[in-house]
Amino acid sequence: MDKAIIGEKLGMTQLFKEDAVIPVTVIKAGPCVVTQVKDRERDGYEAVQLGYGEVKPERANQPLKGHCEKAGAKPARFLAEVPLDPASYKRGQKIKVDIFEEGDRADVTGVSKGKGFAGVVKRWGFRGGPASHGARFHRAPGAIGQCATPSRVFKGKKLPGRMGTDRVTVQNLLVVGVDAEKGLLMVKGAVPGARGAMVLVRESVKGKKRSGKR
Amino acid sequence: MKEIETIERSQLKEDVIPFQPGDTVKVTIVIKEATGSGEKKSVRTRTQAFQGLVIRRQGSGARETFTVRKVSFGVGVERTFPVHSPVIRNIEMVQEGDVRRAKLYYIRDKVGKAARVKKKKLTS
Repeated sequence: MDKAIIGEKLGMTQLFKEDAVIPVTVIKAGPCVVTQVKDRERDGYEAVQLGYGEVKPERANQPLKGHCEKAGAKPARFLAEVPLDPASYKRGQKIKVDIFEEGDRADVTGVSKGKGFAGVVKRWGFRGGPASHGARFHRAPGAIGQCATPSRVFKGKKLPGRMGTDRVTVQNLLVVGVDAEKGLLMVKGAVPGARGAMVLVRESVKGKKRSGKR
Repeated sequence: MKEIETIERSQLKEDVIPFQPGDTVKVTIVIKEATGSGEKKSVRTRTQAFQGLVIRRQGSGARETFTVRKVSFGVGVERTFPVHSPVIRNIEMVQEGDVRRAKLYYIRDKVGKAARVKKKKLTS
């Protein structure tokens, strides 16, 4: 992997492409600044830290200000570390959307929308029971195990609980359009997170661009 | 949001004629056909017309669609098209109708003479 950029999910819309309607997510990606390059010698591992967006100077704390200043940038709204090759990046370097082009495949990482404390039907897709005809079993989980053996509930049992707000990666999304002027990236399909949330767009690990296929 | 509106606006066609539910229109669509197989495979395009009564127009912007109904060999056929779809080559007005509602679903239950829509009289 050698391409990555931080962006902001703007929302979804649709495009007419040839004779099909395709759903797209619009991402405002970049410009990003390389705020730190981590190498094996100093940090024990290799990575590149990217910064995107701005916070008002009066809202940024001193450590953030100082850290971004080293890269010659304003305090960044989002920082993210990506395992890229440190040799090809320098602190202060700018990254723009044009690293991607139409037809590329990308993996998009974001934090999914929080669903709160969710039941077993919503969280795990349990079927639930009938709504009427005298049924007394609706959306409950049902039995969660056996009796004297093993006389405990197995770990990892699917139960109600907090759902969402997870780091989710959607792989192999087709890049449908790139607007280098406005810094916009359009990918086919949905992307995790709410509008305005940070998303990390990386070169796809699976789908390398194949010639002749779109 | 502003960026998305711009993208959606760029998808709109400019040459869409004004038409309403009740109007009879002729929609010309482009159909792509794959002919042959193996090495002789090629894509051919042809056009097809669909003429009928507009019974619904729904949505706005790039998502706007309309439904055309016609009776073909005694069977009612309805097709829904996106107004701004590139598949539509042309929309031609055949007759303007005079109707009092936006959705003409009642037409589906009518047969023969009752299934007609009044012709719009020109008022000046």
